[in-house]
Amino acid sequence: MGGYVVRRVLIMLLLLLLLSFTVFVLFSLLPADVARLTCGKICTPETIEANRIRLGLDKSVIEQYWIFLQGLVLGRTYGQGPGAIVCNAPCLGYSFTRQEPVLKLILDRLPATLFLALGAFVLFLIGGVALGVYSALRRGRWQDKTVMGISLIGYSLPSFFIGLVVIYFVIIRWQLLPFPSYVNPWVDPLQFLQTMILPWLVLAVLYAAFYTRLTRSQMLETLNDDYIRTARAKGLPESVVIRKHALRAGLTPIVTAAGLDFAGLLGGAIILETIFSLPGLGSLAVSAVLSPDLPILVGVTLITASFIIIANLVVDLLYAVIDPRVRLA
Amino acid sequence: MSAFLEVKDLHVSFPTGDGVVRAVDGLSFSVEKGKTLAIVGESGSGKSVTAQAVMGLLNRNFADITGQVWLDGQDLLAMSDDQVRELRGESMAMIFQDPMSSLHPFYRIGDQLMEAVRIHHKVSKSEARERAIDALRQVGIPAPERRVDDYPHQLSGGMRQRVMIAMALINSPQLLIADEPTTALDVTVQAQITELMLKLQAETGTTLMIITHDLGVVADMADEVTVMYAGRAVEMGTTDDIYYRPEMPYTLGLLASVPRLDSDLSERLDPIPGNPPSLINLPRGCVFSPRCTFKGEVADNRCATERPELLASTPGHLVRCHLNAAQRQAARESTT
Amino acid sequence: MTESVEREEVLRVEGLRVYFPVKSRGVFPRTVGQIKAVDGVDLSVDRGETLGLVGESGCGKSTTGRAILRLIDPTAGHVVINGTDVAGMSRRQLRPVRKQAQMIFQDPYNALNPRHTVGAIIGAPFKIQKIDPPGGIRTAVQEIMERVGLNPEHVNRYPNEFSGGQRQRIGIARAIALRPRLIICDEPVSALDVSIQAQILNLLQDLQEEFKVSYLFIAHDLAVVRQIAHRVAVMYLGHIVETAPRSVLYSEPMHPYTNALLSAVPVPDPRVQSERERILLGGDLPSPLNPPSGCVFHTRCFIAQDRCRTEVPQMRTMAPDHEVACHFPITEPLKGGVIHGPDPGLTAPLPGEPGYWSETVTDLGGVGSPRLDSANSTDEGI
Ligand SMILES: Nc1ncnc2c1ncn2[C@@H]1O[C@H](COP(=O)(O)OP(=O)(O)OP(=O)(O)O)[C@@H](O)[C@H]1O
Ligand SMILES: Nc1ncnc2c1ncn2[C@@H]1O[C@H](COP(=O)(O)OP(=O)(O)OP(=O)(O)O)[C@@H](O)[C@H]1O
Ligand code: SF4
Ligand code: SF4
Ligand SMILES: [Mg+2]
Ligand SMILES: [Mg+2]
Repeated sequence: MGGYVVRRVLIMLLLLLLLSFTVFVLFSLLPADVARLTCGKICTPETIEANRIRLGLDKSVIEQYWIFLQGLVLGRTYGQGPGAIVCNAPCLGYSFTRQEPVLKLILDRLPATLFLALGAFVLFLIGGVALGVYSALRRGRWQDKTVMGISLIGYSLPSFFIGLVVIYFVIIRWQLLPFPSYVNPWVDPLQFLQTMILPWLVLAVLYAAFYTRLTRSQMLETLNDDYIRTARAKGLPESVVIRKHALRAGLTPIVTAAGLDFAGLLGGAIILETIFSLPGLGSLAVSAVLSPDLPILVGVTLITASFIIIANLVVDLLYAVIDPRVRLA
Repeated sequence: MSAFLEVKDLHVSFPTGDGVVRAVDGLSFSVEKGKTLAIVGESGSGKSVTAQAVMGLLNRNFADITGQVWLDGQDLLAMSDDQVRELRGESMAMIFQDPMSSLHPFYRIGDQLMEAVRIHHKVSKSEARERAIDALRQVGIPAPERRVDDYPHQLSGGMRQRVMIAMALINSPQLLIADEPTTALDVTVQAQITELMLKLQAETGTTLMIITHDLGVVADMADEVTVMYAGRAVEMGTTDDIYYRPEMPYTLGLLASVPRLDSDLSERLDPIPGNPPSLINLPRGCVFSPRCTFKGEVADNRCATERPELLASTPGHLVRCHLNAAQRQAARESTT
Repeated sequence: MTESVEREEVLRVEGLRVYFPVKSRGVFPRTVGQIKAVDGVDLSVDRGETLGLVGESGCGKSTTGRAILRLIDPTAGHVVINGTDVAGMSRRQLRPVRKQAQMIFQDPYNALNPRHTVGAIIGAPFKIQKIDPPGGIRTAVQEIMERVGLNPEHVNRYPNEFSGGQRQRIGIARAIALRPRLIICDEPVSALDVSIQAQILNLLQDLQEEFKVSYLFIAHDLAVVRQIAHRVAVMYLGHIVETAPRSVLYSEPMHPYTNALLSAVPVPDPRVQSERERILLGGDLPSPLNPPSGCVFHTRCFIAQDRCRTEVPQMRTMAPDHEVACHFPITEPLKGGVIHGPDPGLTAPLPGEPGYWSETVTDLGGVGSPRLDSANSTDEGI
């Protein structure tokens, strides 16, 4: 098992490297003149040229990538002399439009995204799994049909639509909540909750629809397995049979999906963050596209993709925890 | 002696999209304490459904069950689900055909055994573990102190079936139902398991209901035999009645179609023609009549129009057939 | 049955070996061992003869059958069908040979493509071999259906509209369509009820008489094999341990394993059954990944000696047509009563010891279950 973990982590690092290279090359292939993008309104050809050199854009892509990697490990200094900009390790790049290191920008935005993801994750996982189990146990009856019908609707509605509808009714029409304005939870817990509750619920509904269906089909499958009959033959109460035997056995695909969904959410729920004006990674990415600010885009893309790769690893390790056949192989 | 398990007029049907499947249709039988009853019959004749109905394992939302199942003086079908659940695993236990899939793949066998103890008895974990180890030792698992921490996939098929038996017997149930306990195993392992079950039964005096289609296993283990066809008993009696004095044409056909190691080498098998009927659309009259080669001997075409009753031919030997004694005698002589 | 007429060999197998590599998991799988599924098998089948191949689950029966038809490539050895060695042949070269050799599978539920009509399934061999029977394929198919006891009017139905026994008849019809000289029957009746089983066995016997076809009849049920085979080969862990005409094998088995196997089969007769001598083998089949040294049976043999642990017994001819691979063949009938093999407690390896189940089972798990494999073979392949 120990060897397995080490091997998996090594593979993950390799993947991250490959990924960063791909992202780097892809963005350098964009037709935009990056140096042109880096200087503000008053732009002379001289400043552009100076920026080009400061950014190392005069070098080949491979060299640039190498410098980027060095920056990650050792930090990096843009330009020379008194005007030089220092970006401390780990340096993900520097945004000249915002005059800040990319990493700092991302870290500033991370909490909002993280809280949004966490809250929604807990809600949709618990809600989806519970509804899925309930539906499976009432297979074919009206309760099952109702849940399945609703989940199909939830599944097919676009998030911006639900988002706008709840804003319109809850905030504008009925004025149940103030307009969203994000604060950190330790600054003003009440306002934090008031801001987050709607995006949480909207995300939860969207995702729970999928988890309800997944859990239901998993449960229907495992409930027919022979070992479930054994568990019942022992005289276990049905609740234990379901929780301890059936659900555990059907967990693997749910864990996979949940892991990847969580990682995806960490990359920022772009539409909802924008609708609810949450200062998260999603809205950062949107503004970086609009400005446009390439270093931020590279940074956000890298971070998001890393989340997914890490989530994959965590999911695989969880398999081993869940299924001894994986662990003991 | 009085019956320990008595099933009276059991009906089980499943409403399905194609129609109602009458899996068990008016089945009655009984077993005395400490004896072994074998239920034989071909695939789909309702053997497993009967066993699951006795154990209360059928989901009543999807199955219509009527009749009575008396276990030690209590009617299980009249009890609440919870009451039956408390008897399950404690007074009556069951082992299944496929030991590969009957244990939960994610839990250690020790934990699965301990769970079976602790659901019915308030004992500490360490005591339950002791009992699990004892149970494994009893069924001949080597080094049970170490094996108890194994996962099912670390055991061979024969070992897993031993674990299943250990799990069924861990609370010393009075009734053990074994649904094809050796079918999925190799012959040499089959022989081990049969021997083990016989030994344990002799030690504990458990009443055994064994379900199988293997007439060899029946000859090895049973005191009484019920032959099922299309959801009903067509012949029942002592093992000797069924093997040496069979009367119902289906039983005759079954015995004549089994290849056996001690038969005359030049003989060809004598199969029953045709296929078993659909349980949704049972033939009128005798359910066996479409395949029966003796139906022509019964006057007035009664086999095709009138359902025969299960009647005693000699005390304790019940037969469901319109043939009279002489015709049955002749039928037996013509097939053996 | 093997009495007089000149023997004409339809199949000869020499030194057949099939090893499956076991790969480690991970990104860069390495071969970490070999499953010796078939490890030096010699066989021969004459025209119009049935050779029964019996043995317990996992001993390599199906693999032998599949290697003979080149559904798997053998690791070593020769397979001579009708005088042609097919072992090294390319797929193209194989095609005419396939006309001579067909296969019937165990599971009538999985072996037929559910989306093809019965007519298409039974007619497929004609199409594959580009043969135009007189009167057309459809007529030919209906004649065959009639012959195997299917209603020819059902030619346009799909397999799921038939019962298990009828599906097995479809499989037989397809196999017999081109009048092959050899049919490999892999557990053709194991999944069927006894009454249906008997119908199919009789059908196979009738077809043999009519067409002089030879069968390699693979089964784990010794009573079934006794019913249909002229000669019987007993297999254990990739090796043939005994071959004899059936009358000899069932009355005077010489290999300890054959003796144990026969004594383990219950006879459907309570009185006979209670008086029979029994040999109870301990433990289970060892892993083919790590077969025992010397005689592969020594871990479970009730008369094993030191020599058995080191020296591989060679096949010896003990009587005409009766060959045994054992250092100490049993020539005196065994005494009644129960003979116990070595205590499984002594022979079953513990965690950490070679042959321990976790090793074998999980490794095999990584490779994929062979039972599933055989289920995957549908009518397409042949
Ligand atoms: N839940 C169910 N819904 C519908 N039909 C069912 C259900 N369970 C069993 N049946 C049907 O009831 C009949 C009897 O099934 P049962 O499992 O008792 O047969 P069996 O005698 O045990 O056969 P086998 O030897 O194949 O195990 C079969 O036709 C089966 O298809
Ligand atoms: N494709 C494969 N890859 C790896 N191992 C295999 C494969 N096919 C078979 N084996 C292994 O080879 C051995 C022999 O398998 P085979 O299917 O020939 O046995 P068998 O005698 O036909 O058994 P059964 O009675 O269960 O059908 C088994 O240990 C099996 O696990
Ligand atoms: S009642 Fe008629 S059809 Fe039924 S078994 Fe007896 S003789 Fe045959
Ligand atoms: S060679 Fe030895 S171990 Fe093998 S079967 Fe013969 S006596 Fe037994
Ligand atoms: Mg059954
Ligand atoms: Mg096989």
